[in-house]
Amino acid sequence: MLEISNLHASIAGKEILKGINFSVKEGEVHAIMGPNGSGKSTLAQVLAGHEAYDVDLEKSRVTFLGQDLLDLPAEERARLGLFLAFQYPVEIPGISNSYFLQAAMNEIRKSRGLDELDAMDFDELLQEKMKMVEIDPGFASRAVNAGFSGGEKKRNEILQLAVLEPRLAILDETDSGLDIDALRIVSEGVNRLRSPNRAFILVTHYQRLLDYIVPDFVHVLYKGRIVKSGGRELALELEEKGYDWIRTEEDAGAPV
Amino acid sequence: MRGQAVPTTTTEAPVFDLTREHFLRDMRRLAETPAPVWLKKLRMDGETLFAGTAFPHTKMEEWRETNLAPLVETPYYSMTGLPRHTLAGFDTAPCRVDGWINLVFVDGFFDAAVSDASLLPYGAHAGSLAQAMTGPAEKIVQKHLGSCLGKRSAYTALNTAFIQDGPFLYVPQGVELDRPVNFICIATERQENVAAHYRGLFVLDAMARATVAVTCISMGAGGNHFDNVVEEVVIGDGAALTRCEIIDAGATGRRLCTTETRQGRDSRLESFSITLGGAIVRNQLCVMLDGPGAEAHLNGLYLNAEAGLVDNNLHLTHAATNCTSRIAYKGVLDGTSRSVFTGRVLVVPHAQKTDSVQLNNNLILSDTARVETRPQLEIYADDVKCTHGATVGPPPPEIVFYFRSRGVDEKTARGMLTYGFAEDLAGRIPDPALRQKVDGIIYRRFSPGING
Ligand SMILES: Nc1ncnc2c1ncn2[C@@H]1O[C@H](COP(=O)(O)OP(=O)(O)OP(=O)(O)O)[C@@H](O)[C@H]1O
Ligand SMILES: [Mg+2]
Repeated sequence: MLEISNLHASIAGKEILKGINFSVKEGEVHAIMGPNGSGKSTLAQVLAGHEAYDVDLEKSRVTFLGQDLLDLPAEERARLGLFLAFQYPVEIPGISNSYFLQAAMNEIRKSRGLDELDAMDFDELLQEKMKMVEIDPGFASRAVNAGFSGGEKKRNEILQLAVLEPRLAILDETDSGLDIDALRIVSEGVNRLRSPNRAFILVTHYQRLLDYIVPDFVHVLYKGRIVKSGGRELALELEEKGYDWIRTEEDAGAPV
Repeated sequence: MRGQAVPTTTTEAPVFDLTREHFLRDMRRLAETPAPVWLKKLRMDGETLFAGTAFPHTKMEEWRETNLAPLVETPYYSMTGLPRHTLAGFDTAPCRVDGWINLVFVDGFFDAAVSDASLLPYGAHAGSLAQAMTGPAEKIVQKHLGSCLGKRSAYTALNTAFIQDGPFLYVPQGVELDRPVNFICIATERQENVAAHYRGLFVLDAMARATVAVTCISMGAGGNHFDNVVEEVVIGDGAALTRCEIIDAGATGRRLCTTETRQGRDSRLESFSITLGGAIVRNQLCVMLDGPGAEAHLNGLYLNAEAGLVDNNLHLTHAATNCTSRIAYKGVLDGTSRSVFTGRVLVVPHAQKTDSVQLNNNLILSDTARVETRPQLEIYADDVKCTHGATVGPPPPEIVFYFRSRGVDEKTARGMLTYGFAEDLAGRIPDPALRQKVDGIIYRRFSPGING
């Protein structure tokens, strides 16, 4: 459903992604690992359509569900079924979680020719999903992420994922900063949402997430390139050897 | 004596003489009508002061950012010689608040026919200053009227010279109003340029409690009307007043309002000033914290749509120890509109343990809107906590992107953000009926595309 070929992107004149290639099929779970600053969040943001990044449109090609993704503004990518759980979700003072999510849901429904949900129907759905990710019902009326703890923000991203039911979800370090209970809740949420026509890309630093959510593929991103791909055993190997293993291997061949 | 009131030494250009002459002519007309001696004297003092005071201009520090030239250059007819209008089918329902006592004023004068009966606890009065001045409440009015007002500008002096009618509220010692009072002030459509000199007086004796609103609206688009308003507010020891002002002068209406408030020991003022529109709107709010432990919470919201100018001018004086003040003004500016915010906080030398916080946040929706925000702290005591902060800018792009990543386009996101920004302030209004009303106005204004 997602094919990325030779993706180049830069910010502030600095090239961050230097030719990314991989594809994701329906139902698959891909994990992306890599040291700090290697470009994992950049990849996630570029796929979501953040305009601060300059994508080299000559070289890069990304298709999603048969459409040219790089041609679409962020909101249309979301309506098509792409979802990004942010590494650092923003706080939106003055707008309640339920109001925000109802708006998002209805924009997506409208774009698919479906009827908008009224406040009552939406509330029912929201309560059900909140139960699923074990979020206190009181959070529905609280301003989006405002004053939430780090873990609460991450769980709130998963709540949005559960409500919006995208085709492809990119989770950017959703496991970071979670205690063991929260990690279990988040993973169970994701596992429940796994389905033959929904795919996931998990950006993570930790093998422990992959104990809960077993990936089909693991990719290692280093200095803007995918330098290794494999099955879940690659994650175990990384956990054991650390990124230095990748660094020495890569930097040995790279010009100084 | 009269001759002395005619200006002989004014500093303005001759073009304004006609404006001044119009006002003086109408004062002479008013002087011929019967009135208590003390009132005639009060008006005369106003007239003398007016005659000797220059109209505001941008070389005066206080008016540097607020160009009143269009107002000063318009010769107005004051409502002394003109026939009074009735509302003739104009629906006041949107201005009313359910369950409140709604009292209607038309072009500056009380209209009993469209007002609710004002059933209040024994000794309390809510209604028309004109009636109060000549009825059983005369002594109360005489005692307080003119007692708070400082020498603010030619326009406040002008207002005093024209004192006739306006909102009046009196709550005796220890009495709590069981229902809030809503003063609705309506400007009718007229051929002439009309000035209405509303004079309001709100007195709460010790330990009294009340909630009041002043709702101003113009029929039609706003026409040429000019509301020149002065309000005096006296809050006695231990008394508490919640006060909400909702101003919509339309696209072309003009309004200058000076509200002078004096607070006694351990008293509390909760003020909400909401400006929805007008070509020139100036809300000057002067608060004197005169007794130890007094508290003032001044909240403001201004939503400038097209080309209007809204000037919120706050003068807050900490004149006693242990007083608390909170100023929170928020604005949304679109089109070529302008906002001027001045938050002057003066702490006198003996006002120790002063606790004052001032915030002015502005959301800018267009490239052509302009904001001037001026906190001015003058602190002469040493044991005080005074802070201020201001923000001016468009909706943060990272937040807009967050919306877009969820399928909500930029326009809708900005609408929702603006609604949230403004609603945050409306949400602090303690009275549920009024809060709902203000919330509805804000919601319709920014109409985020979603089923409520
Ligand atoms: N706005 C920006 N301006 C300049 N450089 C930036 C900007 N945003 C990101 N970068 C740089 O791009 C590189 C990649 O950042 P990115 O956030 O994608 O890394 P990451 O792999 O997600 O790291 P982490 O594991 O710490 O989350 C870093 O060197 C970062 O400093
Ligand atoms: Mg990152």
